[in-house]
Amino acid sequence: MKELKLPLTNEDISSLTLGEFVYLSGTIYSARDNTHQRIIEILEREGNLLSLGFSLSSIYYMGPTPARAGVVCGSAGPTTSSRMDKFTPLLLEKGLKVMIGKGKRSEEVKNSIRANHAIYFSTIGGAGAYLADRIKKMECVAFSELGPEAIYRLEVEKFPVVVSYK
Amino acid sequence: MRHINSDTIIEVVSKRVSEINFKIDDNILSCFKTAKVDSPEKDFLNILIENSDIANKKQIALCQDTGIVIVFAKVGVEVKLDKSLEESINIAVKKGYLENYLRKSVVVDPINRVNTEDNTPAIVHVELVDGDGFELQIMSKGGGSENASALWMLDPADGEQGIVDKVVARIKEKGMNCCPPLILGIGIGGDMEKSAMLAKKALFRKIGERSSVQRYSLLEQRILEEVNSLGIGVGGFGGKLTAMDVFIEIAPCHIASMPVALNVGCHSSRHCVVKL
Repeated sequence: MKELKLPLTNEDISSLTLGEFVYLSGTIYSARDNTHQRIIEILEREGNLLSLGFSLSSIYYMGPTPARAGVVCGSAGPTTSSRMDKFTPLLLEKGLKVMIGKGKRSEEVKNSIRANHAIYFSTIGGAGAYLADRIKKMECVAFSELGPEAIYRLEVEKFPVVVSYK
Repeated sequence: MRHINSDTIIEVVSKRVSEINFKIDDNILSCFKTAKVDSPEKDFLNILIENSDIANKKQIALCQDTGIVIVFAKVGVEVKLDKSLEESINIAVKKGYLENYLRKSVVVDPINRVNTEDNTPAIVHVELVDGDGFELQIMSKGGGSENASALWMLDPADGEQGIVDKVVARIKEKGMNCCPPLILGIGIGGDMEKSAMLAKKALFRKIGERSSVQRYSLLEQRILEEVNSLGIGVGGFGGKLTAMDVFIEIAPCHIASMPVALNVGCHSSRHCVVKL
C-alpha cells in the first residue's frame, strides 16, 4: 500500500489513480460547516487567510467528540463533504490542495479540483474510533468557541483514504 | 396507579444513551461478519468490526456524530410520573452526553446555529397505551443519514412501482454520503407526519425481520435487491452490500393520498429499548 507524506506535491497527486487506497501521514486541519462559513468571511474581508497563522492546504471534514483525559482525540470520522461544496472552489483557488471527507462532490467542485491540480480523498464514514487511532497529535488552532466545529491541527500517521476525485 | 420515579428514568436513560455509542448492536455486528462479499469490500467491513472493538475497548464513540436523541415512548395510562417525561429525558441526555465525552450536535436555532452545549433537546414522541407498562425506544441519530431521508406525497395510482422508484433513486443519489451498509425504514400511509414517524420507528426492527403482511414483506425484499444492485457498497467504495435490510411499516390513509417516507439509518444504527 502506498504511503504519502503531507503536504502533497503536484507530482504526488499525478502519481495517484482514482479508486487507489493510500495512507497519508503528516498535518491536516479539521474544518466543517460553520468553520467554512467563517473562513469565507475572512477571505471576503481580508482577501487572504494570512491572519489564521497557518496554511490551510489539507482539510479534513470532521468534527470530533471531546477527548477523554489521557487520550489524543475523541471519535474522528469524516462528515459529508457535499455540504462544503459551495465554499470549496474559492478555497481551491486560494491554495487548498487536499480534502478528506465522505461522499460525492458537485460538478463545480470536481471541475475546480481538476483546474487547481488538487485532490479529494474519501475515508471510511462511521469508523470514528478506528480513525482516531491514526491521529497522533491534536491541537485547537482557531475558532475554539465553535467546539467540535473549531479548526484542529491534526498529526496523522498512516491515515487510510481512497482517491475519489483529482 | 404505578409510580415511576423520574430519577430511575434519568439514571437508566443516561446510561443506555451512552452505551449505544460505544458498541455496535450485536445484530448488525453479526451481519458484518456473515456478509457474503469479496475483497476489498470485505476489508472495509473488517475495518468497521475493528472500529467497534476499539470503541468498546477505549471508550471512544463509534462515530464522531453521536447524534440527536430520539425517543418513542409508550406509557400506560395507569402510570404516574413525578415529572414530565420530556424533562426527565432531557436531563438524562445532558448527563449521558456530558459525562461520556459524546459530541454536542444540537443547535438552538436552525438559522443562527448556536450550539445548546448539552445535546438537548431530545425529540420525544409519547403514545398513551392501556395498562401500567413503560417502554422507551431510544435512538442516537446522526445527521449524515438523516439528511439522506425524504418524504413524498405520492398519488395512489403510483402504486408499488412508484414507491420503489422514489426510494431507489434517493439511495442512488445520496446513499454514498450516509455510511453504507444502510438500514432503510419506509413508512407508507397515514398522513405526512405519520408516514415519517413510521419510517423512523421501522429502524428499530432486527435485521432479517420481515413485515407480517406478505405484500410488504415481498416489497421489502424487492427494494433491498434493487438497492444492493446499485453497486454503492460498504463505505461507498463499490460493492454488493449497500443496505443490510429494508423495513416497511404501514398505516391506513386518505382515499386521495399515498404518503411515503424514507428514513435512512447508517451502519452504526445506535438504538436500544428500555422497559421499566
